[in-house]
Amino acid sequence: MKHIRLTRYRKWRNVFHQSWMMIALLAMLFIPLVLVAGLIMKSMLLLENHPLFELLFSSDWSPLSSRFGFLPFIVSSLWITILSLLISAPVCLLTAIHLTQYAKRWVLRIMHPVIDILAGIPSVIFGVWGILVIVPFISHQLGPLFGKSVSGYSILAGAFVLSIMIIPFMLNMLIELIKAVPNELQEASLSLGASKWQTIKLVVVRKALPGIVSSFGLGMSRAFGETIAVLMVVGNVTRIPTGVFQPGYPLPALIANNYGEMLSIPLYDSALMLAALILFLVVLMFNVFSRFLILKAETH
Amino acid sequence: MNTKTEEKFFRMLMFLSTIFIVGVLLLIVVSVLYKGLPSLSFTMLTSIPKGGFYFGEEGGILNAIIGSIYLSLGATFLAFIIGWPIALYMNVYLVKHHTLVNAIRFVFDVLWGVPSIVYGAFGFILMVFLGVRASLLAGIITVSLFIVPIMVRAIDESLKSVPRGLLESALSLGSTRSEISYRIFSREAFQGIITAILLSFGRAIGDAASVLFTTGYTDRIPTSLMEPSATLPLSIFFQLSSPIEAVQDRAYASATVLISMVLVISLLSRFIGNRRN
Repeated sequence: MKHIRLTRYRKWRNVFHQSWMMIALLAMLFIPLVLVAGLIMKSMLLLENHPLFELLFSSDWSPLSSRFGFLPFIVSSLWITILSLLISAPVCLLTAIHLTQYAKRWVLRIMHPVIDILAGIPSVIFGVWGILVIVPFISHQLGPLFGKSVSGYSILAGAFVLSIMIIPFMLNMLIELIKAVPNELQEASLSLGASKWQTIKLVVVRKALPGIVSSFGLGMSRAFGETIAVLMVVGNVTRIPTGVFQPGYPLPALIANNYGEMLSIPLYDSALMLAALILFLVVLMFNVFSRFLILKAETH
Repeated sequence: MNTKTEEKFFRMLMFLSTIFIVGVLLLIVVSVLYKGLPSLSFTMLTSIPKGGFYFGEEGGILNAIIGSIYLSLGATFLAFIIGWPIALYMNVYLVKHHTLVNAIRFVFDVLWGVPSIVYGAFGFILMVFLGVRASLLAGIITVSLFIVPIMVRAIDESLKSVPRGLLESALSLGSTRSEISYRIFSREAFQGIITAILLSFGRAIGDAASVLFTTGYTDRIPTSLMEPSATLPLSIFFQLSSPIEAVQDRAYASATVLISMVLVISLLSRFIGNRRN
């Protein structure tokens, strides 16, 4: 009798745990849908009153007279994201090749914690560092070098801070990708008389290329959504930037800066939610595309 | 340019970029500590803001330190009781359904990439919808939403390395899958789970964009889940936007506190992760 009761208890316990696991999983998979639905619902108010085309391509942002042109924010976001990738992509690729192909063991032993710690530093700290180091550097050294007197709070400052933030993220992926290139390929290339550098350039990098491209894509999407660090150094001026020394106002900063006042004006509230929706969709697209590319490269 | 000099040139570039990354990390830590340590004092760590604190007078950031710890502990706990079972489910129950598990991994990987400000905006919509004010609870829920993907994928990675034979032999001896999950797989992946928890906790304590909308800010230490709460990243952010120099100095001191906490977490998870090897 006791034995049967115990078995029943164990079975019941299994069912209980399994149900909880399933509920948790389904709930978490359900959340992105609720998230999109919520953001769409909130931004409907604005979309009903203004055509989407005008919202995206007008540069007239004056919420109080209910004109919402997102162009300055979109252009700022694009500038900062692309610029930050231009800075960090070569650094990451070169370091990844160095660490996987040339570096001695002790270098790796130092670099792993360095990457981990860099990845763990909160974005607000990057912002503080940007204000302490990058902004004065641009204002005192880099600006005068180009014959400009600038405050330092600029697209360039934002891009530079961002480029450092996405380095650990991209570098980790690149190291894994390059490590995953089969050794036989390299040996074949070397045995045919190619030098080590030719092998790296023409075999390793070429083989890992889809992965490299997609890790850059993931880095870009991370840069696109980063908020506080950029907000602190970018200047936040609503105008389409025409140079890297000018201040910008990216989308995440727009949302973060105005959350207090948005409640009083429903359209304004709706506009900020539309900004969040744009952010979400762009990042989602980049992510899905890049991850898909990685998956496809892995199965080949 | 022949191949030899080309290789030399690129090897130098590679060496420089590696040095660059190490240098930048050192520069970040050193510049924050250099600016922050002189203004850091014992009273700053142990008192809450008094009247006139934001004009450079008496007080400290205890409210933000405690608030951040409450928030991160709550969010990490919530994310753990959701994320841990999900990871186990993927590796013990769904072990035969490769495509499904890979699809789930794909979704969580993508969710990991969603910016925290989007979660913040979403949390805010939920709050308005439910009629709740900015509070510790709203913050905990929002932050846990965005650390669950990290938790799931990190635990999942360590469960993946548990040998399949262990599952098969336990099943053949009559264990139920829940026993295998919690008694065998979780024990095997114990260190990985601890690392995942620390990783999530570090994410939770450092994020500002998601708590900006949802947790609010107050000078008091919260006594219940329904009260708003200060957080360390936001206190750094707010103090730094002040034009008064004494307040800015305190922001750097607060940054020192935050960076020390995060470094300790990093080192701890490194230490635990290394013991596995």
